Amino acid sequence: MLKQLRQICKELLEEGKVNAVIGYGQDAPGKPAYPIFVTQPADVTQLVWNSHCYNNLAVYLTQKRIRALYPKVAIIVKGCDARAVTVLEKDSQISREDVVVIGMACEGVGEPREPKCNACDVHMPHNVDITVGEVPNPPVTQEQRFAELNAFLKKTPEERMAYWKTELARCVKCYACRQTCPLCYCERCIVDKNRPTCIDTSATLKGNFAWQITRAFHQAARCVGCDECTRVCPAGINLRLLNQSLALAAENCFEFRAGMDAELEPVVGAYSLQDKENFIR
Amino acid sequence: MSEQKAFEPKIVAFVCNWCTYLGADLAGTNRLEYPANVRIVRLPCTGRIDFNLIIKAFEMGADSVLVSGCHPGDCHYTAGNYHARRRWMMFRELLDTMGIDLNRIHFTWISAAEGKKFAETISEITAKARQLGPYRAYREICEESTC
Repeated sequence: MLKQLRQICKELLEEGKVNAVIGYGQDAPGKPAYPIFVTQPADVTQLVWNSHCYNNLAVYLTQKRIRALYPKVAIIVKGCDARAVTVLEKDSQISREDVVVIGMACEGVGEPREPKCNACDVHMPHNVDITVGEVPNPPVTQEQRFAELNAFLKKTPEERMAYWKTELARCVKCYACRQTCPLCYCERCIVDKNRPTCIDTSATLKGNFAWQITRAFHQAARCVGCDECTRVCPAGINLRLLNQSLALAAENCFEFRAGMDAELEPVVGAYSLQDKENFIR
Repeated sequence: MSEQKAFEPKIVAFVCNWCTYLGADLAGTNRLEYPANVRIVRLPCTGRIDFNLIIKAFEMGADSVLVSGCHPGDCHYTAGNYHARRRWMMFRELLDTMGIDLNRIHFTWISAAEGKKFAETISEITAKARQLGPYRAYREICEESTC
């Protein structure tokens, strides 16, 4: 599989179809993989593919500095990352003519497997240009995908609030969750706007609540559940729960799963006359 | 003051310029009485009502929040309220997961002709807010954050 991947990337670079391949490198087996940009055909041997390839590389597709250097890129994606690429395309942030998406058959990352991988139904990426490898997509029910959230929602609102108070008290506002998210691509984030200040920028409970609500809601019906925010959080805050609650809302209200179907229009920014309004008097 | 004053809830109403604000205006010109606990914030359209405003209101000590605009089909900008409705559908779920009390956030459609509905809505919300008491949970978040 790795040999095939390297061969594909080599050909793409040799033929001049892309200026760079965004993929994974690794110092030694078992060590965490990290993002690398391969620009020379001879360097494709640096590419790796294994269960340590955590990063969602789609985050680089919208970075202006990088795209100025490499107007045409190939990107190596897992199933979840491919969904992010689809959302970026639907949000008109990238043009697919400039991006070759290489989808890897993925059996999950992490040892032990990350929670997202245990209830993953996109082992084979959708909407990609080239697929490498093959694994079956196991049947996964909605209950399985949202098991953690549903268990959390069984608590009373007071318990939930208490939980977030202890969780968010640890937030140091490093914004790693924002920087690593492929869908947090605003050139100027609302939290950086200070005339007037909308969200308290100090790392206090008040500011942390406002920030995490904002971060989560700005991904409403767009978050693909790659869980990068949760993985990179130095405070170990379970941001996954917030993202999942909005993903579940999008599924229940609009039968929409972000990035699953490139034909479907995004639900945010659109509306329907049939939207339910049982909560409005 | 030595005497303990009875609790009076603070209610922030985010209303659209074209319907609910005029509804409130009509309530006034009709001399309908409603509690003075409400602070009205006028915005161009419900579509303009950023969810951050709701959070901000709680941060600043609101006990209940009302979001109100034109009935479906009546939006001055054709579809602002439809977009807002869709946003709230999902936003409520997020607030619920965060443990924020949904009994303190109200959504209504009030047209420019519904002065009576406006007065009734405010009375109802105020009565409910009185019953719920001060929103201590969110206030604690903000008090712990003085630095």
